[in-house]
Amino acid sequence: MTRILPVSLPPLALSRRSLLVGGAAATAFGAGAARADLQITLSGGDFKPMPIAIADFAGEQGPGVAKVIANNLTRCGLFVTLPADKHPEKPGFDAAPNFGAWQNAGVQALVTGRVSRDGARLKAEFRLWDVGAGTQSVGQQYFTDPGAWRRVGHLISDSVYSKTTGEKGFFDTRVVFVDESGPKDKRRKRLAIMDQDGANFKALSTGDSLAITPRFSPSSQEIAYMSFADGAEPRVFIVDIQGGKREAVGNFPGMSFSPRFSPDGNGIIMSLQQGGNSNIYFMDLNSNQMRRITNTAAIDTGPSFSPDGSRIVFESDRGGSQQIYMMDKSGGGQKRISFGDGRYSTPVWSPKGDYIAFTKQKSGSFAIGVMKTDGSGERILTEGFHNEGPTWAPNGRYLMFFSDSGGGPKMTMVDITGRVKVSVPTPGYASDPAWSPLLSETQ
Amino acid sequence: MFASLFSPKTLKFAAVLLVAASLGACASKTDDAAAGGAGGAGGRFGAGGAGSTAPGTPGDFSTNVGDRVFFETDSTELTATGVATLDKQAQWLSRYPRFAVAIEGHADERGTREYNFALGARRAETVKNYLAAKGVGGGRIRTSSFGKEKPVEVCDDISCWSKNRRAVTLLSGAGS
Repeated sequence: MTRILPVSLPPLALSRRSLLVGGAAATAFGAGAARADLQITLSGGDFKPMPIAIADFAGEQGPGVAKVIANNLTRCGLFVTLPADKHPEKPGFDAAPNFGAWQNAGVQALVTGRVSRDGARLKAEFRLWDVGAGTQSVGQQYFTDPGAWRRVGHLISDSVYSKTTGEKGFFDTRVVFVDESGPKDKRRKRLAIMDQDGANFKALSTGDSLAITPRFSPSSQEIAYMSFADGAEPRVFIVDIQGGKREAVGNFPGMSFSPRFSPDGNGIIMSLQQGGNSNIYFMDLNSNQMRRITNTAAIDTGPSFSPDGSRIVFESDRGGSQQIYMMDKSGGGQKRISFGDGRYSTPVWSPKGDYIAFTKQKSGSFAIGVMKTDGSGERILTEGFHNEGPTWAPNGRYLMFFSDSGGGPKMTMVDITGRVKVSVPTPGYASDPAWSPLLSETQ
Repeated sequence: MFASLFSPKTLKFAAVLLVAASLGACASKTDDAAAGGAGGAGGRFGAGGAGSTAPGTPGDFSTNVGDRVFFETDSTELTATGVATLDKQAQWLSRYPRFAVAIEGHADERGTREYNFALGARRAETVKNYLAAKGVGGGRIRTSSFGKEKPVEVCDDISCWSKNRRAVTLLSGAGS
């Protein structure tokens, strides 16, 4: 996959007519009132989804790209998209839309676009219009391989998202997970990868041997996971997504599991089983040197680095039940941070650094929640039987996890307020999701 | 390569693994059927004794001795029933020293994935330590964990979960 860089489109010279804005009529679709700027308030009780219209993009591949964008913006819960049959016009790309008509239709924002060919390349252009102000808020064009048209849709979605929220987007990402099939007592579990919206599904392992807990490298090029491959004890492997080359991470007398990359991608942190205990180790992937981080007669697992790499959050049953602990990267200052009622596990540090996501078990219920890094401010986002294994979107606002109410696991996306909860489409049963970084920032 | 990082105890365990592996290799020449059970997923009668329950056969072991012990929720303590089963296993293994064993630890689904792998390993280790204390040489015992990935009973109630919290002793290396 290649890097797709946006090129800015200058605003159009608008005619007087297009600037004439109709009265701020409240409509059935939305408030209709013009705001000073195109901004969604994400925090506090002031949240209102932004009414937006995605006009059909011109060009053969245009409608497909527009559909990707509308789907993304709807799923994230921050926008309400105006259905196509309510669109007051089909705006051209080189002319300003009829702002008054769109305002009467109740939208604050409008996205117009065009997808065409530039030689062998695909050229995609879009404009985000502030309907109330009658101005172009963003205008960009992208050049890429024609096969990458969905990615262009995700890049445009990210651009709209970041312009309206002031935060980074998360749509141009992929998810690696465990694709499960077959009856529960003979379940095949193989690694698979897809776009965050469920498109472009691809299996990464055959399913002949169990493969679980996949995690992306910061470059999104490699995946660390645990597998029974080679008939040996289960252990940690790294696979190269493009080339498919697979390597065991070290060779130990016990099982190795629960791997995760360091933020710089130069190392793997994981658990090694030694007799009845499991401790946390760090392997430097350049020197192949292994460093012991914890040393307890307990089960220490689920390690996850802080985004700056200086600290590690992990789970341990050293106090009698699974709880979340914090330490510095060399193992110093180990301190329990979870003190709520229940067992806490699978901690994952937010890419923004502000929260720890976790699984919480209490009276047979498995909840997904977040807490601040000092353990305060716990917030449960969903609960029931059986939720497990959160992973963060790169902007730190959304989480994906898996749930199994009996038949088999499926994946769900929630935001950190718990307001948004949507299922993630997968071809079959799916568990252990891991969200990639933003592809546009890693490639 | 990383041996220096491990305690002497663990090093010994590594050496022990080598012995167990070489035993298995010798044995497989004479009895592939029995050895085949070791890599299995902990089926009800793991070692493929093909129905025979004659004394000293894998079928005898799984039927007349009992090849598995069960645990309480999130526990790695042996129950009284478990101790009785392991006593019989130890006696049987003393009588038939040509067998090596692979102990597979399992957890039920009411736990998180990574933790359950560690829990299964701890259960297998508990069984190993008990058998060793009863005279089954450590060189004959190998352990592994399947976490919650290989349930034998599929349902959503307590009776079923209890059957999945298990450590299964699989015979391997049957030979002369």
